[in-house]
Amino acid sequence: MKIEMLAIGRNEEILQTLVRLINKNEQWNGVGAGSDEAAMRLFDEVRPSIILLSNGIDAVSEEKLRRYFAGRHPAVSIIQHYGGGSGLLTNEILMTLDANNRALEEG
Amino acid sequence: MVKETSAQKNNNIQSASTTIPATGLQMVLHKAATRGKASHGWLESNQTFSFADYYNPERMHFGVLRVLNDDWVAPGKGFGRHPHDNMEIISIPLEGALEHTDSMNNTAAIQKGDIQAMSAGTGVFHTEYNKHATIPASFLQIWLFPKEKNITPRYDQRNITRIPNVFQQVLSPDKLDEGVWINQDAWFHIGSFDKETTTVYSLKKPGNGVYAFIIKGTAVINGQELGERDGLGSWNTGEITVKAGIGDTEILLMEVPMTAQEVNQVDH
Repeated sequence: MKIEMLAIGRNEEILQTLVRLINKNEQWNGVGAGSDEAAMRLFDEVRPSIILLSNGIDAVSEEKLRRYFAGRHPAVSIIQHYGGGSGLLTNEILMTLDANNRALEEG
Repeated sequence: MVKETSAQKNNNIQSASTTIPATGLQMVLHKAATRGKASHGWLESNQTFSFADYYNPERMHFGVLRVLNDDWVAPGKGFGRHPHDNMEIISIPLEGALEHTDSMNNTAAIQKGDIQAMSAGTGVFHTEYNKHATIPASFLQIWLFPKEKNITPRYDQRNITRIPNVFQQVLSPDKLDEGVWINQDAWFHIGSFDKETTTVYSLKKPGNGVYAFIIKGTAVINGQELGERDGLGSWNTGEITVKAGIGDTEILLMEVPMTAQEVNQVDH
């Protein structure tokens, strides 16, 4: 079963790159949203376990999105993606998965 | 002497290895041979911190210093068009020359003696190629977490005329200060030193740490012996003492805030 991820960012070309990079991993399935509305709709459809906040999301939107996601699925991991490309993406996801696995093991 | 261990998990002050006392000066040592490696034929990369396919949870960052890649690029080859956002990206050529283009309409070349900085902010696309068809290029690719997210992207490059036996500032947070400036409370200095020259570097901002990378030769920093391409991070201190080795020595000092990922939002 693939790990579902939702990437959110305002720069469409960067967002497409991010989703393409996520989907290069056979174990991961990524979708992208450019607006808050699309992000909330996709969140309800896909039920991702990881959300990547990418570029251009202002503080108001970030707060709104975090509240929406946490309200529906408190265990979802919301992480800030830095760098915009492949450099840190795999690291960020693996770190999150490690942390989630540790939390599971610790009960 | 700092001994490498596998402690320091979940520590947002620094990642990896070491340390000595819980109070006072602390240091983390990264020997050159322990770095991650990526070999793509056209690109040979030695990575001090986790990057791309190299993932080591104990080697994630030193404060806001997230990436320190020691890259060799084959003649005529390079990094095709790719994006960046919310990162301060610094390139320091060590040999050869690199040609840069970006979505802000910048086209530039950099070579040894230059420093290039790009604040990726809300997002940029760029390319970075070895400018020469017959000569390899090598450079340090350095990424710092930004002080503020989602700023307007910008590009800067400078040539720094070297003065022997001093640490020269090549980067700061102040546009009026020497060198390039970036969106972070960081200061970089580079020094080329004659045999056994001793220099004291005083940190600019309380709470910052300083990461020393030996570009060429050997050195002793705070009593720790370092070889070529070794790195040593120091924090909980106001200064470090650097003694060059017996041959020509070139050292990069990167002073950075020691908190990572507490990035402020910029609202436009």
